[in-house]
Amino acid sequence: MPAIVVEGLKRSFDEVLAVQGVDLSVEEGEIFGFLGPNGAGKTTTVRMLTTLLLPTGGQATVAGHDVVKQARAVRASIGVALQEAALDPLMTGRELIRLQATLQGLPGAEGKRRADDLLERVDLAAAADRRVGGYSGGMKRRLDLAAALVHEPKVLFLDEPTTGLDPVSRKTIWEEVRTLNDEGTTVFLTTQYLEEADQLADNVAIIDSGRIVAEGTPDTLKTEIGNPHIQLQLAAGSIAEAEKVCAQVGKLLPPVDGRSLLVEAANGAADIPKVVRALDDAGIGVESLELVRPTLDDVFVAKTGHHLEKDEQRQAEPEAVEA
Amino acid sequence: MDAGSLGSLATNARVVRALGMRSIRQTFRRPQLMAPIVVFPTLLLAIQTGGAGGAINLPGFPPVQSFLQFMLAGAMMQSLMLAGNSGGIALAVDIEMGFTDRLFAAPIPRYTIVLGRLAGTAALGLFGSLWFLAIGLIFGAQIESGVAGALIAIALVTATAMAVGGIGAAIALRTGSASVVQGLFPLVLVVLFLSSAFFPNELMIQPARAIAEYNPLSFIVEGIRGPIISGVDATELGEAVLAIAGIVVLGLVLSARALRHRLQVG
Repeated sequence: MPAIVVEGLKRSFDEVLAVQGVDLSVEEGEIFGFLGPNGAGKTTTVRMLTTLLLPTGGQATVAGHDVVKQARAVRASIGVALQEAALDPLMTGRELIRLQATLQGLPGAEGKRRADDLLERVDLAAAADRRVGGYSGGMKRRLDLAAALVHEPKVLFLDEPTTGLDPVSRKTIWEEVRTLNDEGTTVFLTTQYLEEADQLADNVAIIDSGRIVAEGTPDTLKTEIGNPHIQLQLAAGSIAEAEKVCAQVGKLLPPVDGRSLLVEAANGAADIPKVVRALDDAGIGVESLELVRPTLDDVFVAKTGHHLEKDEQRQAEPEAVEA
Repeated sequence: MDAGSLGSLATNARVVRALGMRSIRQTFRRPQLMAPIVVFPTLLLAIQTGGAGGAINLPGFPPVQSFLQFMLAGAMMQSLMLAGNSGGIALAVDIEMGFTDRLFAAPIPRYTIVLGRLAGTAALGLFGSLWFLAIGLIFGAQIESGVAGALIAIALVTATAMAVGGIGAAIALRTGSASVVQGLFPLVLVVLFLSSAFFPNELMIQPARAIAEYNPLSFIVEGIRGPIISGVDATELGEAVLAIAGIVVLGLVLSARALRHRLQVG
């Protein structure tokens, strides 16, 4: 039985159609990656599935309950850790988990026991009585995750759980998500990081401009894209001239940045000499060259015509500086 | 009522208590929320009592033991109004930082979220009433109707804090902006000064007098002041309770509408 079923889900804000008829199915016990750039409709979809926002069209069930008609039953079945860990900086970690236990209807003694266990589990026992305002970003995310688990939910929604975290903290969250999934929890994970979806998700849906543009396992999606590509860094010469040369030997893909060139390699490594020779004949030096197997970004490019991570890095970097 | 309903009621009561406790802790841990409730009214009480104490000799001023005795009700009203405003600010901060999403995503009736906040505001009102009664007693003001009168004053202040908190919560839920709620701070004082909180209606000039006579806060102030300066008057007490009930109904209706709106807009 699917843990989440979404049919034609829509949400508009005045004239803006944020989500335009999303269809999804998430099986029990899977990790589902919901991938897309900022503003694609990921968070709006999650807010509707977690009953925080009413849909303007379509329907959805979570853990067998309708998100509009049986909203309270949905809320009893899910754990939610939303974007930008919504924690009160004046509370201590222990107070927050105890409050969450009360909100989930756990009796006092059980809430206390669960709080102790969870704080231990996410390695925050030593900091449990400190105010959250003094926690690092990684500690806040772990605390938010622990709070979402206090009632042992069937379905866990994680909205960009690692955005803004350093690589070590990110890996810690990934390990915890895998462990939870091994214990039987269905995980609905939104992310803007391709690697995160690739590493964690059994199935992935890619959303862009409020519509699902691709859905399947990461391997299936990459196989559908087919060919690898050659990524070139030029030593000298203009990119425009190199593009002209490469276009004669293979299909050009949209560039990631202003210094690299991507050429589809239909024959894999066998295409490398052709490309190098053509550039050499034109007097264009190559600084580095790499054969890249299809990634989820290639899937994204194939479906939308633009790169996901390029867009996201540009938007995420200023936030990282502020943090 | 069956066992399931009783159990659900008990769970909801625990939620309201937990959210109320959080609200109180939040206020005590954030000095900028606590200062308007205690420090500001205490300073104003000291300044007014020290500087305008001779007002009690004016013709038409109600018979009182001292100006401090007269002013205690006003100081309590000021404290509870600012507690209601602070409660609204704290709720708006919760909305701004996404904390209310945590509450809205929990399997609890949504009214418990507002009631939890109001329970905290009521507790601050209780604290304010005890604080100013203690100050009054320390500096020689008598509570003319004794312990019973003091308890009535405390109950009225606590209930009014909760009622005013409902209006603050409604504005916070509707706007989701702490700065908008904070911007109401001067308005709160204007409404308070246009009541009998700090000066008897009879000695005001028009149009302030006419406004004060119909200002619901005047009825509440007189209900609190009566037991302190003279005795419990059933009519005054009844009018105060009615005024509080009116504000409660207004706050609940506005809060319910604002909650629905928040769910619509996310």
